[in-house]
Amino acid sequence: MKIMAQMAMVMNLDKCIGCHTCSVTCKQAWTNRSGVEYVWFNNVETRPGQGYPRTYEDQDRWRGGWTLNARGRLRLRGGGRLRKLLTIFSNPKLPALDDYYEPWTYDYDTLISAPAQQHTPVARPRSLISGKPTGITWSANWDDDLGGAPELARHDPLLRGIEDKVRFEFEQTFMFYLPRICEHCLNPSCAASCPSGAIYKRSEDGIVLVDQDRCRGWRMCVSGCPYKKVYFNHRTGKAEKCTFCFPRVEVGIPTVCAETCVGRLRYIGLVLYDADRVLAAASTPDEHDLLDAQRDLLLDPTDPHVRREAERAGIPHDWLDAAARSPVHALINTYRVALPLHPEYRTMPMVWYIPPLSPVVDVVRDTGHDGEHHTTLFAAIDALRIPVDYLARLFTAGDPEPVNQVLRRLAAMRSYLRDINLGREPDESIPDAVGMTGEELYDLYRLLALAKYDERYVIPPAHAEQAHGLEELATECSLDYEGGPGMGGSGPFGETSGGPTPIAVENFHMLRDRQKADRVNLLNWDGRGNPVPPKDKP
Amino acid sequence: MNSTLDIMLWVVVPYVSIAVFVVGHVWRYRYDKFGWTTRSSQLYENRLLRLGSPLFHFGILLVVLGHVAGLLIPESWTEAVGVSETAYHAVAASLGILAGLCTLAGAAILVYRRRTVGPVFSATTRNDKVMYVLLVGTIVLGLGTTILGNLTGDPHNYRETVSPWFRSLFYADPQPQLMAAAPLGFQLHVIAAWILFAFWPFSRLVHVFSLPLGYLTRPYIVYRSRDDQLGNRRPRRGWERVG
Repeated sequence: MKIMAQMAMVMNLDKCIGCHTCSVTCKQAWTNRSGVEYVWFNNVETRPGQGYPRTYEDQDRWRGGWTLNARGRLRLRGGGRLRKLLTIFSNPKLPALDDYYEPWTYDYDTLISAPAQQHTPVARPRSLISGKPTGITWSANWDDDLGGAPELARHDPLLRGIEDKVRFEFEQTFMFYLPRICEHCLNPSCAASCPSGAIYKRSEDGIVLVDQDRCRGWRMCVSGCPYKKVYFNHRTGKAEKCTFCFPRVEVGIPTVCAETCVGRLRYIGLVLYDADRVLAAASTPDEHDLLDAQRDLLLDPTDPHVRREAERAGIPHDWLDAAARSPVHALINTYRVALPLHPEYRTMPMVWYIPPLSPVVDVVRDTGHDGEHHTTLFAAIDALRIPVDYLARLFTAGDPEPVNQVLRRLAAMRSYLRDINLGREPDESIPDAVGMTGEELYDLYRLLALAKYDERYVIPPAHAEQAHGLEELATECSLDYEGGPGMGGSGPFGETSGGPTPIAVENFHMLRDRQKADRVNLLNWDGRGNPVPPKDKP
Repeated sequence: MNSTLDIMLWVVVPYVSIAVFVVGHVWRYRYDKFGWTTRSSQLYENRLLRLGSPLFHFGILLVVLGHVAGLLIPESWTEAVGVSETAYHAVAASLGILAGLCTLAGAAILVYRRRTVGPVFSATTRNDKVMYVLLVGTIVLGLGTTILGNLTGDPHNYRETVSPWFRSLFYADPQPQLMAAAPLGFQLHVIAAWILFAFWPFSRLVHVFSLPLGYLTRPYIVYRSRDDQLGNRRPRRGWERVG
């Protein structure tokens, strides 16, 4: 048994309003550079829809992730090591820019520099790749809100075989939003595909990162990732991916996407897992058993045996406490309402989703029935095969039963809590019907509806915070930074010469401390009195 | 007696080039790991690349193997195992010309692509252009010399001139007179190659040394411990973690 800690996320899809705030803030933080104009570490897709890049879930075409060979052994779907090396000069399965979209900007200068003329000047779109005028024909969320769905959504790979049953007439369809980041898988196929060994999983928190100094731009990771969440920076020639905002997580604050989420639908916390059992779990023969295999892989952080083994594995005590309070573990294994995205890719993804009940509720309400009543809802979940089947194709390798169970629990929670809110006697048969107690149902409600910041994000800071905090203390030469004139160190040209420029890590706690210290803040000053707070006399 | 020009061309230039090649790579690796990449342009264009790139790369790998065999293995060795010069030459010339033509065809496709596909062209740096001239120039000179030499019906036996001269450089006993006796085609090819090697560490060609053979043996999933520090700065001296 080798216990490792993993930073994981759960997203509650019922709450996602598709506002793309997560995508935009992520882009502003990480990919607003040239070379990654087309890259969205976080994107929000409307489902049913093609996704970004287009039809990335069609693994018959893209061959990402893992599969079992004839002998039941796990192997990369895109081919083994030798095949990778033989196709290294031209990756056969690399999405083209067209599959993402051609990034563009506008010729804003025309607006102010155009000569006087009869018509208002227009800022025309220009390709950021070729620099030439371009027509905009696709983007990362072109089919947002089922835009163009009658033609576009039919190409959703998950609809294969049920195309004729899903209606895209406005009144008769269903839809929901799916925000996606890197899954930080327990069995990452991008890392397995990297010929250079540049992609690694951090042993402390399981975050999957690309070592920019080791990446040689072979592009096999882009093909290897079934979620297409590794991107090629065409300017630097290196692969880049979501970093789970590690500089933020390390100091105990959530990722940018979670922090800025308007619907507060994201939960971040630790899970503990047994690294020795990952391969066996990923090799589960029946795809429908993969969900349970993945759930079983996660260990109960309150189990004394697990805690003892974890301590032996060097996981610090406060991390174990954080794991015990983890909302992610609670949603996955205590309440069992979170499901992984495409477990059939066998990468053991660690961003989990609470499937949306809203497509069902909407239909029930539209038919004039009580959309909050559990018997109506239970019946509707059973009757509405199409949304449930579709969700099953996303989250359970096509097995509708686990999705049914989750949706029934969510429906039960609504129904049970309505009685409490209306001051009626709670109906204990409702939690019974979904195998929970009333108290558990109430706790689930608390976690999904009321949980505050520190309950949604239980992130123990990394154990180097001291060193970092001290970094900003004025105890050393201020010119002693990489490339600076005061550069010290032991190498012939300075110890850190030629290294990467440090990421500007804004240390939340330190910033707050500094603001609270003796800084004059005119923002709240009303113009009267002394803006400098009086210091305590010694 | 060797003329000054001969010493210049066949002793000084090679040693300078080798020195720049070795020191340049060490320097580049230490100071510019981030810039050490294939800088693939596959994202921009795939149709021509799918044809040209494997053709060029596999071709040039064969060419390199041929050069290793021709330059490093002395003629006496092959004769000792019973391979006559005529037989050796027939095999070497036919395989070499085939590989050379593949390489050149691949390079032609890639250069055409680079010039005609807009995004690829605008991603081409001045450094790339110099590299292309040197690389394609060297290939053309080498292939041209081989083909023309064979067309005369009496091809020059480079294993009596170029090869021993090349090896003599590494014995620290350079023999420029051997190279000076070689035909002009070989001389031009060799000079072009030395310039190419001197330019090599400063170009994208460094990716040759990243051929990821380690992939065949390493475990699929790489685990790495977080560095001691947060972000990506090293801890200051005196602030390293305990344990």
